[in-house]
Amino acid sequence: MTSDNGETRTPSRMATDNRWYDLFSRGSRDWLRHNEKVRETVREELPNLISGSDVLSRPSDRTVQVPVRFLEHYRFRLRDDPQEGEAGVGQGDGQPGDVLRRAQPGEGEGGSEGGSGGGELRFVLELKVDDIVDWIWAELQLPDLKPKTTDALTDEDLIQEGWDKRGPRARLDRRRTVKEAIKRRSVQEQSEGEATPFSNEDLRYRQLARRKRPATNAVVVFLLDVSASMDASRRKLAKSFFFWAMQGLRRQYGQVETVFIAHTNQAWEFSEEEFFQASATGGTVASSGFRLARDILTERFDPAQYNQYLFYASDGDNFGDDRRSAEALLGELCRLVNFMGFVETPQNPLEASKSEMGRLFKALAARNHPVGSYTVHEESEIWEAIRLFFQHQAEEAA
Amino acid sequence: MPFTPNSPVSNADLAEYTPKLEALARDQGLDFYPVDFEVVPPSFMMEVAVYGLPVRMPHWSFGVRYIYQYIQHRMGHSRIFEVVFPGNPNRAYLVNNNSLAENTLVTAHVLGHADFSKNNELFARMQSQVGYHIVEQAAERAHRIEEAIGDHGQKRVEAVLDAALALEQNIDVNFAINRPEYPERMERRRAEDERPRSGFQGRFGQLPGEEDAHGTEPERGGGRAPIPPRAEYDLLWFIAHYAPDLEGWEQDIFLSVREESFYFYPVFGCQIMNEGWASYWHARLLREADFLPQQLYLDAIRAHSDVVRPYAGEDSVALSINPYHVGFRMWERIIAEHGLETALRLRAEEDDFSFVRNWLDEDLADELQLFSYTTRQGRGGEEQYVIQERDIHALREAILHPKFNYGAPRVYVAEMGTDGSLLLRHDYVTDGRGLDLDRAQKVLDYVHRVWRRPVRLETVDAKGQPQVVEKS
Repeated sequence: MTSDNGETRTPSRMATDNRWYDLFSRGSRDWLRHNEKVRETVREELPNLISGSDVLSRPSDRTVQVPVRFLEHYRFRLRDDPQEGEAGVGQGDGQPGDVLRRAQPGEGEGGSEGGSGGGELRFVLELKVDDIVDWIWAELQLPDLKPKTTDALTDEDLIQEGWDKRGPRARLDRRRTVKEAIKRRSVQEQSEGEATPFSNEDLRYRQLARRKRPATNAVVVFLLDVSASMDASRRKLAKSFFFWAMQGLRRQYGQVETVFIAHTNQAWEFSEEEFFQASATGGTVASSGFRLARDILTERFDPAQYNQYLFYASDGDNFGDDRRSAEALLGELCRLVNFMGFVETPQNPLEASKSEMGRLFKALAARNHPVGSYTVHEESEIWEAIRLFFQHQAEEAA
Repeated sequence: MPFTPNSPVSNADLAEYTPKLEALARDQGLDFYPVDFEVVPPSFMMEVAVYGLPVRMPHWSFGVRYIYQYIQHRMGHSRIFEVVFPGNPNRAYLVNNNSLAENTLVTAHVLGHADFSKNNELFARMQSQVGYHIVEQAAERAHRIEEAIGDHGQKRVEAVLDAALALEQNIDVNFAINRPEYPERMERRRAEDERPRSGFQGRFGQLPGEEDAHGTEPERGGGRAPIPPRAEYDLLWFIAHYAPDLEGWEQDIFLSVREESFYFYPVFGCQIMNEGWASYWHARLLREADFLPQQLYLDAIRAHSDVVRPYAGEDSVALSINPYHVGFRMWERIIAEHGLETALRLRAEEDDFSFVRNWLDEDLADELQLFSYTTRQGRGGEEQYVIQERDIHALREAILHPKFNYGAPRVYVAEMGTDGSLLLRHDYVTDGRGLDLDRAQKVLDYVHRVWRRPVRLETVDAKGQPQVVEKS
């Protein structure tokens, strides 16, 4: 029965010592490739990414964590049929008519691909905020912004420019001097015998010049209406907008300082952490916030050194009596700042920009002041608002 | 699985037992090509299990499976004991952190597989077509694909692999792996039909009375034959040969995936038989191996009962069957009732379809407490499993259901238009329902990137209404 018709039989072999298999890592390589693809997909999903509420858990961090699903390699599959149900075979105690439930999802899904079967795995992808902002720029095809280079916005700086043979001892450039000495000696040695190690001719001093350079500092005032009508979801929308606007400005300026102001019928300055938790009761008197913003900007931030920005978020309401002073203060602020943005989170989306505040900002825009209004009613609209803001910025810079 | 790693494998002992087990197996009537065993680290084993082959083409979807496997492994849910690649010689991989007892058991198990793959007709037919050195062949193909990545860039190669691997199961194993292209003229059709077909189809595909029905249709005076002349289920083959603008290297990738798919088919189509057979033989060989120390035998048998038990952990019921368990019990009974000679004949002639239909009877199904169930939505929206009346026919079909058509929906090429467009059609009548449309769309997107002309697919929705998915 075991005859092999004369075929010579090589014996089986048992190799137990193959070290080189440790070097295999194709699984990890294909896994990394998968993650690369996820990153590409995430990039295509930018709008969702930005409006996703999970993104901004810690706005001060330089990375955001995005929960993502594994990519599915699609195959033809039959439709799930909730009416007919799926047929299967099981084994164990059970009589016809018994109804069973799965104890814990995802048991024994071994080789099958992702699928809707339980036990779906998710992982968290960490993205650099800077990368995301880069993507936004590429996505919107925005030009790189440049700081305003008007005369008013210049710093004077001492910049090193070249070397001189004379100068104060403090600015002696030793490295350069030694170089000069070496050069001189290498020429001298050919003609004469002994060369002096250093001569006065070798000395080099750094030369400084005064140059004007555009200021690359900026200050951003975030002003938030925290009166009772601004509930948690509205504040979250404002926060998301503030965050991304801030990222855009960070890209533009070397250093960005921030001021956080909340107001009801009076105004307070907060630290960043406290800012978004702040809530208060009281009416809405926007001028109180504008006044504090103006005072802080003029007292602490020299307009010659700082590009100034102000963002105001509210649901648009304001006391009728406050209209005059609000209008006056906004006019003042307009002349102070590079740009002023109004983020409106209206109670009723249809009435956006018909509100008290909306009208004020509209009037300013009509007079060609650098202001912009953005309406955000739902998370999905944040992307559009951000896009508009960045585009305004790009146009201003052009 | 409860598992305490004993002393690391004693290489000398395993090398000593292997030839003895082999001699014992041959004495018992097994007949196999030699096996190249290698003991490898678990990390490598995991890759082999994920890729299906030791060295295979790179693709991101393997990365996903790898991570699933890795997590399962780290959580202790999954252990891989052995992987064997049929061929001449066979190649088997054992894990180096399994105990000596476990690896001894696995060695005997592999000999069972080696016997099965040499003698089973389905295996033998596929192997004679695919070749006896799959590991080396696959490595060679992987190498060519690496070169293609160098020449054409990762993105392009990936696009081809996305499509080819998505259609991996959409082949037609009733035809030989090397097929001639369709005849261009009608009149040659009859000659083509007379090509010898293999297996069942060769013998019964054309019944005597059918001759006439066939004859009437094609005589239309040598007009251009339609492409394809009949429903074509081998999508990989069709795209490889008829895609209007496919480049040589792309065709190579499609045919590589197809060849490996042919190679994998017998493992899929005989899983219950094959795993049962190997489990039967590892138990029997160890029982009769008087050269093994008593303690090692006891440890090995404990491992055996872990492998062939029906449910996980402390459960008393499972919603799937363990092919090792069912197959093992079926062979045990066949050999007890009909003798070894019959069993050896069956392992040569049957596949899972005939094996389950012919040999899983009511008694055994009762004894194994097998039941079929359907799912429904509970009141809370959770999935419920309702046990059906015990009916042996329904039970057999429920076991076999996931195995039809390589486990894939029946999608065939219906027509290739004169403009090069591709029309696929889904046989929803046989499958009992339509396709998942979102996934079908994604697959068409893959296909479109290699077909490069309009691609359409016809199926039905939940109400049975025709649905067309397309990409152009």
